[in-house]
Amino acid sequence: MTAFWKKIVRNRALLLLVLPGTVWFLIFAYLPMFGTVLAFKDFRISPDGFFASVLNSEWVGFKNFEYLFRTSDAYIITRNTILYNVAMIILGLVSAVAFAILLSELLNKRMAKVYQTGMFLPHFLSWVIISYFAFTFLSPDKGVLNQLLTALGMERISWYSEPAYWPLILLFVGIWKGIGYSSVIYLAAITGIDKSYYEAATIDGARKWQQIRYITLPLLRPLMIILTILAIGGIFRSDFGLFYQLPKDSGALYPVTNVIDTFVYRGLMNMGDIGMSTAAGLYQSLVGLILILTTNYIVRRIDRDQAIF
Amino acid sequence: MAQTFIKPREAGEDRRGRKKRDYNAITPFWNVIFNIGVGLFAFSCVFPFLFVIMISLTDEQTLALEGFSLWPSEFSTAAYRYVFQSGNELLLSFGVTLAVTVIGTLLTLALVTTYSYALSRRSFEFRGFFSFLAFFTMLFSGGMVPGYIVMTQFLHLQNTIWALILPLSLSAFSIIVMRTFFQTTVPDEVVESAKIDGAGEFRAFFSIVLPISLPGIATIGLFSALGYWNDWFNALLYYNNPDQTPPLQFLLMQIEKNMDFLTKNAQYLGNFDAAAGLPTETVRMAMVVLATLPIVLAYPFFQRYFIQGLTVGSVKG
Repeated sequence: MTAFWKKIVRNRALLLLVLPGTVWFLIFAYLPMFGTVLAFKDFRISPDGFFASVLNSEWVGFKNFEYLFRTSDAYIITRNTILYNVAMIILGLVSAVAFAILLSELLNKRMAKVYQTGMFLPHFLSWVIISYFAFTFLSPDKGVLNQLLTALGMERISWYSEPAYWPLILLFVGIWKGIGYSSVIYLAAITGIDKSYYEAATIDGARKWQQIRYITLPLLRPLMIILTILAIGGIFRSDFGLFYQLPKDSGALYPVTNVIDTFVYRGLMNMGDIGMSTAAGLYQSLVGLILILTTNYIVRRIDRDQAIF
Repeated sequence: MAQTFIKPREAGEDRRGRKKRDYNAITPFWNVIFNIGVGLFAFSCVFPFLFVIMISLTDEQTLALEGFSLWPSEFSTAAYRYVFQSGNELLLSFGVTLAVTVIGTLLTLALVTTYSYALSRRSFEFRGFFSFLAFFTMLFSGGMVPGYIVMTQFLHLQNTIWALILPLSLSAFSIIVMRTFFQTTVPDEVVESAKIDGAGEFRAFFSIVLPISLPGIATIGLFSALGYWNDWFNALLYYNNPDQTPPLQFLLMQIEKNMDFLTKNAQYLGNFDAAAGLPTETVRMAMVVLATLPIVLAYPFFQRYFIQGLTVGSVKG
């Protein structure tokens, strides 16, 4: 014990520096982790404060989970979350790499900078703003899309109550907002590639397409793998703003816009069902943890250097 | 990692930065094609903002007749006059957002720099433990509901600006970026030699390490400021008192659902033609423009720091 005490004294300055951050992590990250026991309880607020409320609430075992998985909601939100994420990972990766390569090949570097700055704008705006942007196109009576449809002599579409179009809209807007951000990472990596590879390839008579195929893409591979692992680890999470703000919380669209995050939010705020929404959140966190450990394990087996941990 | 902070070599430059003719460049034909492709997409990213500006400058009646149009037949600045004359709500919300952003960013910087500095020091014997404490939060989280209960039942901070500030003030991601920055720009020898000269750990941190780490601090500060400026989620969770002044983004959400905001200021309506009615749609868009303008004007200048943070964070993830 004294050895441990001495170690603390020896590191006292740095321990003092991590103290504020540690307090934050304990309150805002680890206390909520402890709070997930509520998934197995019937939450009742106790007048004696938070810990009493959590500890004194009655154990109900897996009742909350049973309740969650008995409804068709669990299937729908899981399906939506996974399908949207898989589509976004694939389309996002392809488009980010494609735009990064296009940007890096442009002859006029100043124009490339201008384009890049333009593409970055949506990343800096909140989903509230983006949802207003979308409304200018999708508004049933004033929107641009319906104006076009009318001009072409077609029926107007009531966009905010037609689920059929939303998977496409959500995917498009999700990728559109993020592409400036993701292509920049790949662009930085491309700029970092040693130019002598390309010089050697040119001497050997490689054409542009072959250079991209055999030099650029293989050298970007480690980065693609890391970012994809991270994305797969987050496949059970979704961007709350995209799925809540963009469809304007429209009930008619829930079948295609409800994901785990929005489900948990509505369970908490609209239904006040603490136990069931905690259970849904825990289901999300646990599967997420398993996914990221598994993908990392697989990558590690294939290529040790490219695993994250 | 170090190359991230050195200016990347431009295409067509050799190792010493001299320009030379690039035999490998794409042909002018493909250059035009690429320019059109990328240019169109970039334009699609900026266009909605321009469009919203035009809508906010449209005459309300014209808008009702013609719908949203890029070049309306009648322009009007009524929406802006209205916002500025009855602008108390907007101004107060601006104030709340500004306060949250400034206090939050300072708090974030204090928490992130101290924690990541300790993690960057090889002599810190508890480094492993505190790294785990921080990075485990990236793998597993308690989720929205327990966080909500901690905030409302344990801290009792709902309907205060602390509910908007505290949840965003630290993240494992910013610690990774900052730690990497410290490791690459502040070698252990610098700190060690300062200590030999008699400086304590704190002295070394505040008067040597922090001043040379300003670019990293700027990166984290900007990430944080943007996060606070754009946040509406915490207000959605923790603001349920209608008398509480909402932050800007949350105000925009509220006026999207109903225009209570406008009727609250009904006494100002005398200035407007009663027949023309309340300029509701254009006022909404004018407020979107006003809330977005600061970011649109500022981001091209601080973009560089974001790119720096992104590349460090993603590569070292």
